[in-house]
Amino acid sequence: MIVTPGWYMALAAVLFSIGGAGVLVRRNALVMFMSIELMLNSVNLTFVAAGTGLGLIEGQVAALFVIVVAAAEVTIGLAILVAVFRGRATANVDELSSLGG
Amino acid sequence: MIEVFVFAIFAAIAIAGALVMVIGRNPVYSAIGLLTTMFSIAVFYVLQNAHFVAAVQVVIYAGAVMTLFLFVIMMIGVDKKEDTTEQIPWQRPIAIAVSVGLAAVILIAGSRAWITGRSVFGVDGINGTIEVVADALFGTWTLAFLSTIFLLTIAAVGTIAMAQYSPRRPEEES
Repeated sequence: MIVTPGWYMALAAVLFSIGGAGVLVRRNALVMFMSIELMLNSVNLTFVAAGTGLGLIEGQVAALFVIVVAAAEVTIGLAILVAVFRGRATANVDELSSLGG
Repeated sequence: MIEVFVFAIFAAIAIAGALVMVIGRNPVYSAIGLLTTMFSIAVFYVLQNAHFVAAVQVVIYAGAVMTLFLFVIMMIGVDKKEDTTEQIPWQRPIAIAVSVGLAAVILIAGSRAWITGRSVFGVDGINGTIEVVADALFGTWTLAFLSTIFLLTIAAVGTIAMAQYSPRRPEEES
């Protein structure tokens, strides 16, 4: 009995769904951000597993690029959150509805 | 056979960490849960011989990104109680049902289509050392790698711009 790439992909699908539930359920913008990070991580796991399954190094290269994009996204997103917090003193997304009319 | 045991143990740890992240009331607990999941995913990379990606995962995600998250949590929201009343009726049950349905659809669709085993191209196992990854990164994918330089530069400039932005507080208006 060996661990095939399909096992990793199934685990990644479960983690992705948990991250999606976190985005939908939580109100704290920081925790929503963490859920998005979890979803990106599970996609990385899928990339690496697919690369292993196909015998290609490109899966790991794609995972590295996703890590770079995620790092850039975290810096920008947290900077926006800190700017919002300085103006409103809240991280609850329900109270940040100025654009909602 | 030992690979199966390691996979089972760390899969349980990863899912438990993800659930703690979603359920945890305190954002710090959420951050620790996410950290646990990220370390488990690094273990999965090592299991698949993706050594360099595993090192990058630990250094960048578990190191840099989670430190940044904890820093911001400590700065803006560690002692705030999250409002748990539902603003939209039935939002939480529907969200959970949608997520479970998403997982079911991905698993069912994937079990019919995704590849298992190495029979497709018949290539031996790859070894993701720095040398092999760098060959692909600086050989075939040089242009994509160089474009990440622009991405990171733009991200740094945007972060500095957001740090200098100072909105007026509501009571100072009018």
